Amino acid sequence: MSNVQTFFAMGGYAAYVWPAYAVFFIVLIVDTVAPRLRRRRVLRELRARLARQDARQSRVRPDRASSTPITTPPSL
Amino acid sequence: MNRPGLLTACAAMLRRDLTLAWRRRGDIAMPVLYALIVTMLFPFALGPEDTLLQRIAGGVVLVTVLLAMLLALDAMFSSDIEDGSLEQLVLAPQPLALMLGMKILAHWLTTALPLIVIAPLLAGMLHLPGAVIPVLLLALLLATPLLSLLGAVLVALTAGTRRSGMLLALMLLPLCVPAVIFAAGAVAAAQQGLPWLAPIAWLGAALVLAVVLAPLACAAALRIALDA
Amino acid sequence: MSNWIPLWLHKLGSPPTFYRFAGTLRPWAMALALLLGAVALYGGLVLAPADYQQGEAYRIIFIHVPSAWMSMFIYGVMGVAAFIALVWRIKLAEVVAMESAPIGAAFTFITLVTGSLWGKPMWGTWWTWDARLTSELVLLFLYLGVIGLYHAFEDRRQGARAAAFLAIIGIINVPIVHFSVNWWNTLHQGSTINLFGQSKISGDMLWPLLCMMLATKFYYVASLFRRVRTDLLALEGGKDWVRQIAESEAGQ
Repeated sequence: MSNVQTFFAMGGYAAYVWPAYAVFFIVLIVDTVAPRLRRRRVLRELRARLARQDARQSRVRPDRASSTPITTPPSL
Repeated sequence: MNRPGLLTACAAMLRRDLTLAWRRRGDIAMPVLYALIVTMLFPFALGPEDTLLQRIAGGVVLVTVLLAMLLALDAMFSSDIEDGSLEQLVLAPQPLALMLGMKILAHWLTTALPLIVIAPLLAGMLHLPGAVIPVLLLALLLATPLLSLLGAVLVALTAGTRRSGMLLALMLLPLCVPAVIFAAGAVAAAQQGLPWLAPIAWLGAALVLAVVLAPLACAAALRIALDA
Repeated sequence: MSNWIPLWLHKLGSPPTFYRFAGTLRPWAMALALLLGAVALYGGLVLAPADYQQGEAYRIIFIHVPSAWMSMFIYGVMGVAAFIALVWRIKLAEVVAMESAPIGAAFTFITLVTGSLWGKPMWGTWWTWDARLTSELVLLFLYLGVIGLYHAFEDRRQGARAAAFLAIIGIINVPIVHFSVNWWNTLHQGSTINLFGQSKISGDMLWPLLCMMLATKFYYVASLFRRVRTDLLALEGGKDWVRQIAESEAGQ
């Protein structure tokens, strides 16, 4: 028990050693988690866009697979 | 085909920018006024003791001039970007770096030179000894063009963005640290009666390098930032 | 004969190939980083004896020094990638340069914070204007400038190219800052502090340090690969290979 206590006391420098290690781990964990969340968001947006595209294609021209630009205004 | 020579083009560029600046004289006065106000606030904040003010005078004047220049830096290319004349310049047959060099020179003449002119007044307000003022002016004469040149590269990089003011300060800070150290170091050394030529020589060397490289870097940066 | 190297690099530089390559390597890099990090922590916090001058406070060194090394190493990687991106206009190099910047900034921040936590009991002050510390602070500002410039542009690729240019300017700047601050210290006769004293570092202290250094390197690889993969998905949104990935991961 005293062994563990002396370990955590760090010879009186606990107030400096443990915050340093805490900063190290917190910053790196944030650096790991942030891209993970971003990846999830990017994939979700991508899927939403693909779904929209599919829906539009099947609605506008159900007979053709490849789509050509169709929004040319009638020239007067 | 009657293409104007390089010298003619440079002179035309310089004349154009100076004319434009002269038509908006109020803008030239702004950095000067800013520097005056900031310098005036220091004695009020720190108390009017001569010794304290003397000790910080050189540094305060240098930092004030730097901040005043930063204030005007944003506008270096902005009106030219808005009316599209910068794109014309990129397409012009004359080398872009040279033309940008002229623009930087014009900018230095209209913003930094007035600041250098009033620098003795600012230094006098803070009781800087008269013998040190020539060194201060020399340091400013070398440091301000350096800052204009470095700043121009960064302004060119932010040419394609909006709201670049704070970003510009963030980007310029690491670059201007050496210039501030050597300029203020020369003044401090002169004040203590030490030889001050070495930092001035370093500033001069940096300025020569910047005069050669910065317009080229500025041109490259502008091509990156404007290429859509 | 040795034609396969440029060929391989060229293949690896194509986004779908790199996406798969990074996907295979990333878990291994992360596992190695965690393993080596755990060993280094055990060695540094438990096994290594207390320093006879600094007591237990020197144990901060085991994270401070590797972070400081990483902050400079990542800037180097970013500079090389930025150079490649500007000269050969390789999209992957742009992404690597831009995604290195936040990791580098994180390590620089750790270095500064742990450094002042170490300095407070050792020097009696949180901060001193010594060349090494000042250069590290300037490095943080350089990283922030690169990140800020990158995000200031509407167009991602244009922002990446502009920020890559800034990163290269910064590489020239760091030694100049270090030199000028050194000169400045001699002028002002500031506090002269020897960061590590004259004492030779002993083997018990050295191996956890090197172990942690390797762990941070592997961590950087893992974090960079994750970020680059995400960025590639966002940049190549309309392409077929991204569509396949989006659809195959829909069930998860």
